[in-house]
Amino acid sequence: MSRKGHSRWTGKRRARAPVFAALGDETRLSLVAKLCGGQPHSISQLTEGSKLTRQAITKHLRVLESVGIVHSVRRGRESRFEFDPESMEGIKEYLDFVSEQWDQALSRLKSFVEN
Amino acid sequence: MDNRIEKRMELKAPVSRVWRALTDYREFGEWFRVKLDGPFVAGQISRGQMTYPGYEHVKWQAVVQKMEPERLFSFTWHHSLDPNADISKEPTTLVEFRLEKIEAGTLLTLTESGFENLPENLRLEAFRRNDGGWTEQMRNIESYVAQRP
Repeated sequence: MSRKGHSRWTGKRRARAPVFAALGDETRLSLVAKLCGGQPHSISQLTEGSKLTRQAITKHLRVLESVGIVHSVRRGRESRFEFDPESMEGIKEYLDFVSEQWDQALSRLKSFVEN
Repeated sequence: MDNRIEKRMELKAPVSRVWRALTDYREFGEWFRVKLDGPFVAGQISRGQMTYPGYEHVKWQAVVQKMEPERLFSFTWHHSLDPNADISKEPTTLVEFRLEKIEAGTLLTLTESGFENLPENLRLEAFRRNDGGWTEQMRNIESYVAQRP
């Protein structure tokens, strides 16, 4: 809420911009959802049940890979994709999210009691 | 110490007014955006349904801890997005609202602590459940970063 707090938040948001931008897509979010269980998946496995082609899925995986959310491990002739949890910073990122929610709730409380 | 949120805010309203906005379940619901089933009672579970856009399917469940009139209101709540989550079985964080009379009106201090109790993969849980709110949040962030590279 303070000026300092605000600029810190904005700065952080900028620094993490590529990660968020990469996740701002439903297909990529669903790929992350499949991979975040920890098991590496092949492109075929990730294409299964999807309306998209293997090529399209591969393209989305490369976007996720470019920002470090996933990485590929070669096994024989096949690439397997693995989720990299560190890219998410776990709880810290979640704390920022909750903190932002409180800022919004408290500003609603403020106008509620001051009017 | 890092696993904690603390916010301070000056409100231009008497302590009694702020206390009512916090502890009257209808007034709380107005600004918090939740429709509660009934009044807050210390030691009891408070239930309701979120009305916050994008979270309407999420149930509100909290255990009211302390209600010290015009001084302290606190509750514990869980962070699961599972609509069938049971607060008695979920890890919780503690939310505390402290009120202090100041010249301008009321100094409100909000703290939320106990995030270390939550599972490490909590954020991933949110993805896994593919919650509409998160997807929307991500879109907001995407357009934000697109506009300000």
